Amino acid sequence: MLFPPSPPPARPPRVVVTGAGIITALGIGWKPNAAGFRAGRPTFRPVSLFDVSRQRVKTAAEVDLPATLPPTLLSARQIDRLDRAGSMLLLAALEAWNQSRWQPCDTMPLVLGTTAGGTSLGEAYFRQALQSPPRHRRQSTRAVHYQPQVQARMVLDALGFSGPITIISNACASGSNAIGHAWDLIRCGQAERALAGGYDALSEMVFSGFDALQALSPTVCRPFDARRDGLALGEGAAVIALETLECARKRNAPILGEIIGYSTSIDQHHLTQPHPQGSTTLTVMKLACASAGITPGEVDYINAHGTGTPLNDASEALAISQWAGPRAATLPVSSTKSSVGHLLGGAGAVEAVVCLMALCEQWLPAQAAFETPDPACNFPIVHQPRDARLNVALSNSFGFGGVNATLILRRWP
Amino acid sequence: MNRVFVTGWGAVSPAGWNVAALREALNKGVPLPIQPLERPGSATPLQARLVPNPTVRPEFLAHPRLRRSSPITHYAAAAALDAIAGLRASRAGKSRMGIVVCVQAGCVQYSCRFFDETLKNPATASPLLFPETVYAAPASHVAALLENVALAYTLVGDPAAFLQGTSLGIQWLAEDRVDACLIIGAEENNWILADALWHLDRRAVITAGAGALCLSLDPELSAGVELAAITDPHTYSARQNRMQAALAMRSQLPPGSPGELLCDSLGNSPRADAAERAAWRDWTGKRLSPKRILGEGLMAAAAWQCVAACDAVANGPFSAATVSLVGSNELAIGARFVTVNSTISHLSARPSAGNIRP
Repeated sequence: MLFPPSPPPARPPRVVVTGAGIITALGIGWKPNAAGFRAGRPTFRPVSLFDVSRQRVKTAAEVDLPATLPPTLLSARQIDRLDRAGSMLLLAALEAWNQSRWQPCDTMPLVLGTTAGGTSLGEAYFRQALQSPPRHRRQSTRAVHYQPQVQARMVLDALGFSGPITIISNACASGSNAIGHAWDLIRCGQAERALAGGYDALSEMVFSGFDALQALSPTVCRPFDARRDGLALGEGAAVIALETLECARKRNAPILGEIIGYSTSIDQHHLTQPHPQGSTTLTVMKLACASAGITPGEVDYINAHGTGTPLNDASEALAISQWAGPRAATLPVSSTKSSVGHLLGGAGAVEAVVCLMALCEQWLPAQAAFETPDPACNFPIVHQPRDARLNVALSNSFGFGGVNATLILRRWP
Repeated sequence: MNRVFVTGWGAVSPAGWNVAALREALNKGVPLPIQPLERPGSATPLQARLVPNPTVRPEFLAHPRLRRSSPITHYAAAAALDAIAGLRASRAGKSRMGIVVCVQAGCVQYSCRFFDETLKNPATASPLLFPETVYAAPASHVAALLENVALAYTLVGDPAAFLQGTSLGIQWLAEDRVDACLIIGAEENNWILADALWHLDRRAVITAGAGALCLSLDPELSAGVELAAITDPHTYSARQNRMQAALAMRSQLPPGSPGELLCDSLGNSPRADAAERAAWRDWTGKRLSPKRILGEGLMAAAAWQCVAACDAVANGPFSAATVSLVGSNELAIGARFVTVNSTISHLSARPSAGNIRP
């Protein structure tokens, strides 16, 4: 029963990551993404998925999807119904699942973050619905499959497990919130393991929305650069397999890292703008550290939300400076959105996997574009590939609507 | 942590902008009138049950954050304010609040308008509309309106996800992250939604509105209702179809007695209702099917079921009410609300309200 719940464990269990799947414009899977993020390789190119000829900005980080998906338990008919977002989600989930070597069961939670779900199907529905006389072909399928929970069910069916689905849509913090919520579920004893992540595909409506807001960079996305002028959009997905340390040890599973802290809160300042003083960001970073039982001095790298917009980066920089204190002067920070763009609902999950990669392979993710330091940022921006000894990484995510989330990950062992 | 109390509830529905209007419509038991909904490019209108304009413009609409927001936010805000009215009047009025907003379709009005503008000319698509298209907009606006909000999540799912949202709120209470938590289910009407529903269920009539419950662990704040149980979420998958999920949900809830109410999610479609009908074939208590009177309100309809259940328990004639949610494409889940301190085994039958079917 969800309520009354079983009594929580006397002490929250440690939660480790035993599988990670990722797909971005850098490629499909851990290897190409690790190489790309390590090098800080940018992936922006002219948008080919829809017409951008009348948009102010014409580039984004598109994913090259394979012509056919790897075999799963899905039927050909089910695969035919997957849209771009659903395909990316499935690819990421499959990689995490295979790496974790989990066996199917009936009680495994799937927690996902997304902002748009199957928006491309919704767009197709809208276009066809406006045709006169109305044509009904495939409209029923679109009406069902644009819904994120139906895309999530495809993951269950593809991998052969079942369990509760939770779709969190806290805008661009969704991916981090999904991982944090799964972490919470395991720590409070509601689950021993969970699959969690985030995804979003590029869509005409969302691209047009950010363009209309003039939030997209007409030049190059340069987070924390004094001349930054906006964000760049991307698409992708990341999914991680989380389980208790005890569970992982029992089956001798290889461990990629540990999630040790999470916090989230809401900034009520504005629907689309962060509080200029970064007060909620500061609170969330402090609370995440408290939940992890660490101090800022123990954090070795920050994967910033760092969208590249003047307002976001100024607010986040202020929060990081206040939170880190004297440690800020030597604390490496970068925003990997400069490589793969802003993945919206997928951003927090992808950036958590980037942190795992950095912790596993002991390097600092380089920021793709950074020329002129902003005097407001009193911390070093990682803009050249380099190896480093990393024990703890922190990832920030903020969304429209004001939700802020911070995840803290630790190297294993 | 075994006791969770409902401190208040609120509703906006095609019956009106408060719980009293909802109660009156449900007690009458007569399906509300259907209105035509214009469909672009078609001479034949779609059908809907529209939320009437409020008799007096709500004061909260003067809040700067709500001026440009779409109806879903207005409905969510009105239901939320209703639900916390008792809390605000008490010493707990300034306590840390959590908000879980659950939606299935979400902000469809501005999404349609913005995408329509994009197709016509993206260079002139309104930047004011776009932020209001995101699922998280209503939660953000309600949080800004209430001010003392510490956590706010938006969950997307089929209507049964409302009770998963309730469970999330309980988790926040148990972990002492908030002192009270609002669970809101909200939707708004639009021709595209009515069109989509027509493709999926020709007998259903789309409607809109919101329902909200406010939860607390403090018995002193209770409005006379306690949440006794939420079943496991029984997800539809290749391993468990909708019928099996509905039966599994049913098996986790106690048998009915003449003094209890079942608030189910039945509509008017034999095919869509088959699983839930089969699951509750053995129910001997009274039944209420709000969707048959109000229409297909998606997540709002799930919230109305819970509001109706709480209202029936608090104001009589029932001492316990079970909510059955057999969602359209995700899960089946149920809950049980009881009067505070009631002993369920000793419930006695009370007179039924107008639409309560034996």
